[in-house]
Amino acid sequence: MSKKILDITELKRNFRMGSEVVHALKGISFDVKEGEFLTIMGSSGSGKTTLLNILGCLDKPTEGTYMLDGVDVKSLSRDALAQLRNHKIGFVFQAYNLLPRTSAVENVELPLLYNSSISAKERRERAMHSLEAVKLADRMDHTPNQLSGGQQQRVAIARALVNHPVMILADEATGNLDSKTSYEIMALMQDLNAEGKTIVFVTHEPDIAAFSSRTIMLRDGRIVKDYFNENKKSAKEMLAAMPATDDY
Amino acid sequence: MSLINLFRIALRALQRNKLRAFLTMLGIIIGVASVIAMVAIGQGSKKSIQDQLSSMGSNMITIRPNSNVAAGARLDFSSVQTLKEQDIIAIKKQAQYINGVSPAVTQRGQVISGNLNWKTTIQGVSPDFLSIRNWPLSSGISFTDADVKTADKVCLLGQTVVANLFTGGENPIGKVIRFNTIPFKVIGVLAQKGENAFGQDQDDIVLTPYSTVQKRITASIYFQNIYCSATDQANTDKAVDELTSILRTTHRLKASDEDDFTIRTQAELINTFSSTSELLTVLLGAIAGISLIVGGIGIMNIMYVSVTERTKEIGLRMSLGARGKDILMQFLVEAILISITGGLIGIALGITSSKLITVFLKWPTLVSQSSVTLSFLVCAVTGIFFGYYPAQKASRLDPIEALRYE
Ligand SMILES: Nc1ncnc2c1ncn2[C@@H]1O[C@H](COP(=O)(O)OP(=O)(O)OP(=O)(O)O)[C@@H](O)[C@H]1O
Ligand SMILES: [Mg+2]
Repeated sequence: MSKKILDITELKRNFRMGSEVVHALKGISFDVKEGEFLTIMGSSGSGKTTLLNILGCLDKPTEGTYMLDGVDVKSLSRDALAQLRNHKIGFVFQAYNLLPRTSAVENVELPLLYNSSISAKERRERAMHSLEAVKLADRMDHTPNQLSGGQQQRVAIARALVNHPVMILADEATGNLDSKTSYEIMALMQDLNAEGKTIVFVTHEPDIAAFSSRTIMLRDGRIVKDYFNENKKSAKEMLAAMPATDDY
Repeated sequence: MSLINLFRIALRALQRNKLRAFLTMLGIIIGVASVIAMVAIGQGSKKSIQDQLSSMGSNMITIRPNSNVAAGARLDFSSVQTLKEQDIIAIKKQAQYINGVSPAVTQRGQVISGNLNWKTTIQGVSPDFLSIRNWPLSSGISFTDADVKTADKVCLLGQTVVANLFTGGENPIGKVIRFNTIPFKVIGVLAQKGENAFGQDQDDIVLTPYSTVQKRITASIYFQNIYCSATDQANTDKAVDELTSILRTTHRLKASDEDDFTIRTQAELINTFSSTSELLTVLLGAIAGISLIVGGIGIMNIMYVSVTERTKEIGLRMSLGARGKDILMQFLVEAILISITGGLIGIALGITSSKLITVFLKWPTLVSQSSVTLSFLVCAVTGIFFGYYPAQKASRLDPIEALRYE
C-alpha cells in the first residue's frame, strides 16, 4: 500500500460572523494515498472550498489535525507554509484569481517567481509549456480581460501545473468549460495522475467525478458518502468517441 | 525573489498609476530641489562674502580710534581723534609682524576735470595702502614716501571716477583735476575692484598722499583709520597683540586705562559674516528639509492606499508561495523607486533652478556636492522609512483573507 499523502482527522472549521458562528466543516476525517485521483462533490455551500483551502495550506482548521506528507501542518511557520505551497501544491481557484492587466504567460510564471532556483529563461519556457498543455499557446500575451471565462480558467490550471507540484488541488476547474474542453482538461488530469501526481478535484458534475478513482460526497459540512469508482472512465476515449463537429 | 524581478514588479505597478506615482514623487522632487537650491543660495552668499572680504586683503588689520576714552566722556565717533603720525612712526619702527602700514584720512568732495565734475571721496593714504588692500594699478605709477613728505598734489583715480571724468576715453594720466579748488596731477589709475561686502562701490575713490589731505583739505593732524598688513595670515593674532602694546605706549595709557583704539582683523570680519550666512544656510536647509518630510509622508500615504487596493493581489501572491519577506520587499522597492526617482529629478531641478537664480536674480549660488549627496541619501532613507510600515502591513496579511478581500 502506498503512503498517505493527506491525512485529516475530525477537521472542523467555524467562521465567526459577529455573534453568529457558521460551522462550515463539522468534523471530517479521511486520508488520501499518494497517486490517488479524488473528487469531492456536494451541493453549493456544503464546505468544499473551505475543505480545499485547508488542504492547500491556505487556511487553518479550527479543530482537528491535518497531516501533509507525515508533517503536522499546524507546526509549520508562515514561511514554511509558503514554501510548501510553492513547491508541492498546484492550486486552481474557483474564482481563477488571475492578476489583472498581466499577460497569460506572466500569470502562469507567477509561482516560479518565488522559487529562486529557477532562472528567468527556464521560467518562461515552463510557463509556455504549461499553456500549451491547456491549449492556450496562441493566447500567451493576452491579459485576463481579453480572455473568455473558460480561457481564464485554463490559464489558472496552467499556473497550477507550472511548478510541477506533487499534488493538484482544483476547485471546480471545469465549471466554466464546455464538455469537450472539460474532457480535455480531465484527460490532462488523468495523464498527470498517471505520472504519479495526487489530485483532489472539487466538482458539481457527476460525469466529471466519473473520471476519478474515488469520490467523497459532502453535505452540510459532513461526509455523507466516500466510495471508490469501480469503472473509472478514460477522458481520452470519451474525447475520441465524440462527434467530429464541434457544435454541441 | 531576485532584485531584478522586484524592480520589474515595482516598475510595472508604478506604470499602471503613472499620474499617481508622479504626484507622489512631486513631494520628493520639490523637497529635494528646494533643499539643494536653498543651500546653494546660502552657500553662494557665504562664498561671495568671503571672496569679497579676502579681496580686500586677507592679512589686513584695521585700527580705529575708540570713543571709550579714559576721561569717561563718550564722544561722537567722527570727532574721536586719537590716531596720529607718531603711531605710524612707532609701528613702522617697532612692529615685527607688520610689513605695511598706512593711515587713512577721507573727505567727500567734488572732483572737476574740464567741464565735467563728479562727487566722490578723496582718501589720503601712504604708498603701502595699495599692497595692504591688495589693489594693483591698471596704469601709471603710485606716489612714493617722498611725495608724502612733501605733501605733493598727485593722485590715483578709481575706475568709477575715471569713467565719470574722462567720458571720451582719453588717458587720464598726466591730466590735472581739481578737488574742490585744489589741483591734483593724475599719476596712476587703480584696477577695477567692484563692490565690497556692504555693496559700496570701491572704485569711486581718489587716492592721494595722506599728508596732502591733512595739510590742504582737512587741516587736521589726526587719522580716521590706520591700515596694517600682517606678515602672514597666521601671524595676525601676534600682530594684533604687538600693535596693541605699541599703541598703548605711544598713547601713554596707564595699565588701568581702556584702549582708546579698536583693532579688527579681516579674519574676524570674515568669520562674523560666514557665521551669519552659515545660519542662513541652516535655516533655509531646515525649511526645505521639512518639505522633504512632507514628501515622505505623501509616499507613506500612497503606499497605504496601494497596499489596500492590492490586497487581493497580495493574497494571490502569498497563496502561490510568496513569503512575507517577498511581499515586504515588493512594496519597499516600490516606495524606494518613487523616492529615488523623485530624488534624481529633484537634484536635476535643484541644480537647474540654482543656475537660473544666478542668471535671472543675480544672486550668487553654490551647489555643494555635500548638499546633493545628503539630500539624495535623505530621500532614499525617506523611501525606506515611510515605505516600511505600509509594506510591513502588506506582508502580515493572511493569504486567504486577503484573497477574499473585496
Ligand atoms: N470566510 C467566511 N466567512 C463566513 N462564512 C464562510 C466563509 N467561507 C465560507 N463560509 C461559509 O461556509 C459554508 C461553506 O462554504 P464553501 O465556500 O466551502 O462552500 P462550497 O461547497 O465551496 O460551495 P460552492 O459549491 O458554492 O462553491 C457556506 O455556508 C459559507 O457561507
Ligand atoms: Mg466553492
